[in-house]
This record gives sequence, C-alpha cells and structure tokens, in this order.
Amino acid sequence: MRDKILYVLGAAALILLARDMVLITGFPPEINQGAIFKIIFFHVPMAITALTCAMVAFVASILFLITKKFQYDALAVAVTEVGLAFLAGNLITGSIWGRVAWGMWWAWDARLTSALVCWLLYAGYLMLRNAIEEPTQRATFAAVFSIFAFIDVPIVIFSIKWWRTQHPQPVFWGGGSFPPDWKAVFGWQMLAIMLVGVVLTAVRLRQEQFQREIDSLRRMAHAL
Amino acid sequence: MMAFLRQVLVIMAKDLRAELRTKEAINASLSFALVVLLLFSFAFDPSEETTREISGGLLWIVFAFAGTLILNRSFARELNNDCLDALISAPIPGSALFLGKALANYVLVLAVELIALPLFGVFYNVRWTSQFWQLMMVVALGTWGMTVTGTIFSALTVNIRLREVMLPILNFPILIPALLGAMQLTSALVAGKPITADNEAWLKMLIGFDIMYTAVSLVLVETVLVGG
Amino acid sequence: MTEAVGVEGVWKFYGDYPALRNITLSAAPGACLALIGRNGAGKTTLLRTIAGFSRPGKGKIAIFGNSPRDTQTRRLMGFIGHGISVYDELSALENLTLFGKLYGLAEPKKTALDWLERTGLDRVKDGLVREFSRGMRQRLAVARAFLHGPKVLLLDEPFTALDDRAIAVLQRLLREALAEGKTIVMSTHQLREALELATHVALLNRGQVAFHGERTADMLADPGWVYARYGEA
Repeated sequence: MRDKILYVLGAAALILLARDMVLITGFPPEINQGAIFKIIFFHVPMAITALTCAMVAFVASILFLITKKFQYDALAVAVTEVGLAFLAGNLITGSIWGRVAWGMWWAWDARLTSALVCWLLYAGYLMLRNAIEEPTQRATFAAVFSIFAFIDVPIVIFSIKWWRTQHPQPVFWGGGSFPPDWKAVFGWQMLAIMLVGVVLTAVRLRQEQFQREIDSLRRMAHAL
Repeated sequence: MMAFLRQVLVIMAKDLRAELRTKEAINASLSFALVVLLLFSFAFDPSEETTREISGGLLWIVFAFAGTLILNRSFARELNNDCLDALISAPIPGSALFLGKALANYVLVLAVELIALPLFGVFYNVRWTSQFWQLMMVVALGTWGMTVTGTIFSALTVNIRLREVMLPILNFPILIPALLGAMQLTSALVAGKPITADNEAWLKMLIGFDIMYTAVSLVLVETVLVGG
Repeated sequence: MTEAVGVEGVWKFYGDYPALRNITLSAAPGACLALIGRNGAGKTTLLRTIAGFSRPGKGKIAIFGNSPRDTQTRRLMGFIGHGISVYDELSALENLTLFGKLYGLAEPKKTALDWLERTGLDRVKDGLVREFSRGMRQRLAVARAFLHGPKVLLLDEPFTALDDRAIAVLQRLLREALAEGKTIVMSTHQLREALELATHVALLNRGQVAFHGERTADMLADPGWVYARYGEA
C-alpha cells in the first residue's frame, strides 16, 4: 500500500516537472538577465524544500529524544540527507546562475553564503553519525547536534545578511523581475519539487529501517 | 544554589589544577597560536593599513584554532582511568559538571588569547590598545561562545571515532555567526573605532548567541552524558 | 522493608539488539549479591544500568525505592568499574579530597586522610597517582568508592587483576561493610573470593537471569556448581 502511494506521488512529481519544464521553456527570456533567470524555478524551490527538511529534522530529533522511538531517528537522517541534496542543488544552480549572469562562479552573495554554511552544518551531522557505531548512542547524539544546528540556521542567515549589508557586493539576482503570470507555474514547480523530496525521504526512510534490522540481526548472530 | 556553585567551582578548580600541572594543552595551544601568527605574516607583507583591516579575521582564526586544542582536552582528559564514570556517578547535576569544565576552558583559552594579542601587536606592528576595554568585552563574549559550544561538543565526541577531527568539524560551522560578529567588531576596535550604532547589531548578536547556546547546552548536557 | 537494589523488568537495547532481557532481581539491605556469567552475558551492562550510567530501555531500577539518577540517591552509591577512576595528575590526597567535596562531605580533607590510612596509602598521600604502582592505584580506587560512606556498593569485577595486598584490603573492607549493613552487588569471574562474601548469587546468561537465589554450601564447596546446573554448556 505504502509502495503504491509512493509510486503515485513519484509519478505526479515527474509529470508536474515535465509539464513545468515545457511551460518554462516557453516563457520569454527575462528582460535584464536573459534565459538564465529561469533557473530560479529550480533554485528557489530547492532552497525552500531544504529549509523544510531542516525543520522536519529538528522536530524529529526532539521527538526522538523524548520518545526514544527509532522511527524518529530514521526520519531525521532521511530528511537531512534529502535536504542536503537539495541544498547542494541550490548551491550549484546559484553558482551557474552567477557565472552566466555576472561572470563569476561565486561572489559571497548573502543567500548563497548562508546556504553554504548550512550545508556544512548538516554535513557535519552526517559525519557525526558515521563516527558512532552503536545505534542508540548514534541516534541520541545526532539528535542533540541536529537541535544545535537548527537553532543556528536563523542566526547564520541573519548574521551573513547583516555582514553583506555592511560590506555590499553585487547581489546575484538583483535586477531581475518576476512577471506575475509566472507565479502560477512557480507554485506548481514548488509543489513538484517538494513531492520529489517527500518521495526521496520515504525511500531513504525505508532503507534506514532495513539497515537497522540487519545491524541488530548481525549483533545477535555475533552474540551466539 | 550555593551547593551548585560550589560544585561548579570544585570541577573548575580540578580541571585547572590538572592542566596547570601538566601544561600539555596550554603549551600546545600557545605554540600553535604563535605558529599561525608567524605563518600569516609570511603569507603577505602587510602595510599597517591592511593589517588593521584584517586584524579581526586574523586574530579570531588564531583564537579559534588554538582554542580547539584546549577544548578537545576538556572531556578527553576524563577518559584516562575512566574518571568520567566517577564524575557521572557523583551527586552533582550534569549542568554543574558542564559549567565547571566550561569555565576552566574559558580561563585557559582567554589566557592564550591574552598572550597572543600583544604578540600580534608586536609582530604586525599594530597598536591595538586604543579601544582596550571594548576590545576586551568582545574577546570575552566571543570566547565564551566558542567555549560553550566547544565544551558541549567535547562531551559529545569524547567516546566516538575520530574524536579530534570531529570536534572542529562540528564546532566551526556552528560558530560561524559568532566568529563573524567577533571579527567585524575586533577589526573596527583594533583600528581605533569604538562600537557605534552601526556595529551594535553584532554585539547584540554575540550576546544572544552566547545566551542561547549556554541555555541549550545546559538543557541537553544530561542527555549527552547519560543518554538513552 | 524497601529493597536496597531493585531491578524490575529491565531491558537494555543497543539499537534493536537486546543486551538485557526482562531482568528482575533484587538485593535486600545487608545482602551481598554475586553476579556471575560468561563474558558477554550482560554483567557489566546490568551493573552500569543499576549504577545509573545509562537508562534502561524498558523497566525500572530502584535504589532504596528511588531512581539511581536522583542526586540524593547517588550519595548512597559507590561504584568501582574497570578503571580506577582517579586522576593521574593529582595526588592521592587531592583526588580523595576532590571526591569528598563532590559528595558534599562535611570534612572532605579529614575523611580523605582517614581513608588513606585505612587503605595503607597514608605515607604516599602527596604522591601523584601516575607514580603509583598498580596495587597502590587499586587501593586508592577502593578508597574513592568507600569514602563517602555509601550504603550500596556496585563493583564490576573488583578482584580482577588485583595483587594480593589489594585483594586482602578489599576483602577486609567488604566484610566490614557487610557487617555495617551495607549492600553489595558485585559481578565477578573470581568465584572463590566472591562466593566467600556472597549471601546471594545470580547467574546471567545471554542477557537473562538463569538463576537467582541464596548462596549455598554446595556453591562454596564447588564454585562451578551454579554454572553446571543452570548455565549453558
């Protein structure tokens, strides 16, 4: 049953993405920046999805610490990995955008820099998990770190924005305008990318649960 | 309350006494600070103008990396002989253990910083004392942020693989906002400009950062020590 | 009468793997419970869970009716694990005074000096622990555990790797403790020394209690008796 739902969601996401791509390529190039501006249809939804993933990870981590149920730990790691992937996508699309529109692969733009720092934060989360063998300890410590990381996110965003206000640099997508008839497609695109995120998380979640079962069976076998 | 403070002081005194007897961490930290200061001076040949602009960044990189050497030792020193067991089974709250260690670390890291600062002034030929007290305030606030997260992560990483590597990997990204603020303020203060309405936001952010992470650490330390 | 140590339906999980399965046993005040079993049976895990180093996944631990994590309860407990749990860089006296202060003793230094004498370490009280011989370090570890007058002593293989002098000191202290009505739970491989002191015996097998009862003359005569009857081949 669960598989069927996932297939349906996955198919819906793919259809939406395909439809959006057709529509987006049909749009006229943006006035100031040209065709590259359309990358915003991927760049921004990926960022928003990543942020949502961070929020879900935060809640899942707290729930794990309270209930000690491993489903929440599995959810936390699954959603963090997916969020990291989307954040990487955000960074890459941002970099490409900058290269085409401004000639630079990177320019310490406030939003991209914040994204990079957040990426490092959550990459640290995964590295921490990797360094702990025992599942209960791993889940507990990872949850603690996830909480520390999430409360840093707003501080990071604010402080880097303030830094850039004090030392202004060209803003990557300053000067681009967003025509109102694009808004509907943007909404659908947002939904599509979120759906992809949900599907990926579900798949990873399943894999994590299997992995845990295998680990404990292996431990039991060793004990015999 | 009094009992709690007394316990904090006992732990702090124990850590300081043990460290001052061996001086392992503090020597390593000081040497490291010196080396980094030297390396940076080889990296470029600054005029006094450039030096003042980068002073904040340079100093806090030195402080952060030298500080890591001390913070790593914090809970690691308890592994020897299984002393951590004895501390956990003692009738003191985890928060007292944490605060005692954090304060001991604070003293040690501040000591290294207060030696590195005049050395910086000498090597780079920079007069940094014109806004002395405000600079001290920024150093105090920034160092506390670094110490608090470093101490709780020291507890988190004490028993895991690659401990020495994991601590900086976890600590530095979290610290980026605090380090950023400290760097901005320090550069301005070393250049002789007092903290104005322009810079106040950084100060407020530093204070907010310190308060928040101290609070979260105090709440979560018991989980880290005794866990699930 | 409240039990000194109560373990009720305790499970301890490492991930999904149960290291302890539905453990229920108890020790009355004044009892000495010897916990025996193969390596990997769960003795250390059980002792450390009783001592409050980690929480059980299911079930309850009660020391005189309260959680071992309560601050007041921890004052009543003394633990000796595999390490000596004293600081190499501090002197014997500094170590004991430190723990005296942490346990809120009225006169930490005086009590420390007293215990240094009782364990035969008074002549080296200002020596740094890192210069001590192995036997001296072990006696200091014992002093540290007894210093605050705990009512419940939890010892993880205390006789392992002790020299003769340290064994004698420990046995004497444990007998005195039992005479004072204290409770001891001790995991051990050294069946002979442990069974001499024990009033009760519990055998752990793969995380479960295979036997729990009084120590009998049979057991004293043949330490392997419990294993033969209740253990696995």
